[in-house]
Amino acid sequence: MRHLIEITDLSVREIDEILDLAEDMIAQPGKYSEVCRGKQLATLFFEPSTRTRLSFESAMLSLGGSVLGFSSANSSSASKGESVSDTVRTVGCYADIIAMRHPKEGAPLVASMKSPIPIINAGDGGHHHPTQTLTDLLTIRREKGKLGGFTIGLCGDLKFGRTVHSLITALCRYEDINFVLISPQELQVPDYIKTDVLQKSGKSWREVETMSEVMPELDILYMTRVQRERFFNEADYIRLKDSYILDPEKLEPAKKDLCILHPLPRVTEISTKVDDDPRAAYFRQVRNGKFVRMALMSRLLEVL
Amino acid sequence: MHIDSIQNGLVLDHITAGKSMEIYRSLGLDELSCSVAIIKNVKSAKTGRKDILKIDADIELDLGVLGYLDPGITVNRIADGKIVEKKHLELPERVVNIIRCKNPRCITSVEPELDQVFELANRQTGEYRCLYCEEKHE
Repeated sequence: MRHLIEITDLSVREIDEILDLAEDMIAQPGKYSEVCRGKQLATLFFEPSTRTRLSFESAMLSLGGSVLGFSSANSSSASKGESVSDTVRTVGCYADIIAMRHPKEGAPLVASMKSPIPIINAGDGGHHHPTQTLTDLLTIRREKGKLGGFTIGLCGDLKFGRTVHSLITALCRYEDINFVLISPQELQVPDYIKTDVLQKSGKSWREVETMSEVMPELDILYMTRVQRERFFNEADYIRLKDSYILDPEKLEPAKKDLCILHPLPRVTEISTKVDDDPRAAYFRQVRNGKFVRMALMSRLLEVL
Repeated sequence: MHIDSIQNGLVLDHITAGKSMEIYRSLGLDELSCSVAIIKNVKSAKTGRKDILKIDADIELDLGVLGYLDPGITVNRIADGKIVEKKHLELPERVVNIIRCKNPRCITSVEPELDQVFELANRQTGEYRCLYCEEKHE
């Protein structure tokens, strides 16, 4: 039995196989509409995340399975003080696979140590969110044709943005990728990502403060939210905030085949005027998320 | 100063000067019924000063705890007045219930019955990270 707690639980080969399967599911959804007939997904969401939960539920329903679960800790036995381990042991008697979202870091790992059925980490606090990373990888591969041979700019809050850390970690296992880390100094990538991941992998990377100075060289632009509360003072926020908002004007010097990604939800960091630009891939990214979760669950349930 | 040698037991040598009391307490040596000698600030050719612990009984020690507390220690097992085994300690790969995670976002902050598990992330710097949240132990 396998679990998915963080993206490095999967080898590059296993990731590629999941992405291949997801691509085939996109191309021929009917072929897979019954593969999870009789299987039940439990979505244990100890904190609300409508988008991720619906993506998992839609994925299981599209495979012919069914879903049960809860969408906040208040509606679960956690509110009575039950441990994560006891919850998954109990739910393991009803369901075949669990997608767990929890505000505390490490909760899905604890669950995986006792669970009789596979656990998928659907986000644990600011820690890991491996199915978002699979979604990002699938989108990059579909948009650019392969996972490699490109320059990716990661823009915004790179300090607290867990999706950025996981994506960098995942991409460092592929060849010929240049990273440009675009953020205010206060929100730069943590040192351990620089030393333990980027430097160790030998990848080319550099840090800049504005997206405008690097826009022409980017093949992929991965946007994240810059939140006011992350800044030490209001003056810095006001000085810098516009540098991290993508609009049609900033896109002018960009490549014609640039791919713009965002883990969503977006607030103001991408102008809605960008949405109709064919380079905006973030809603295609959402769609890919469902298919990659279909592929992942099929693999963990060993039905394919 | 003269301290008797022991016939059967353990000598913990090359303890970092000043750490012997912490080790004495952490290993629960205060609960032993045998003689235990704590020798502080002994001259050392290697480090200038060191502490030594002599335990007058051949007991089982948790070398993982000892290695974490002071990886430079040498454990000498004595039988019939002679050293029969010499162990050089190193930082253990994993320590359980010795240190606590201080990250308020960690699952251990709300489930106190979970083991506090830390894994060695960097042997050179002696950096340990929480198994669950991966936060560095300061």
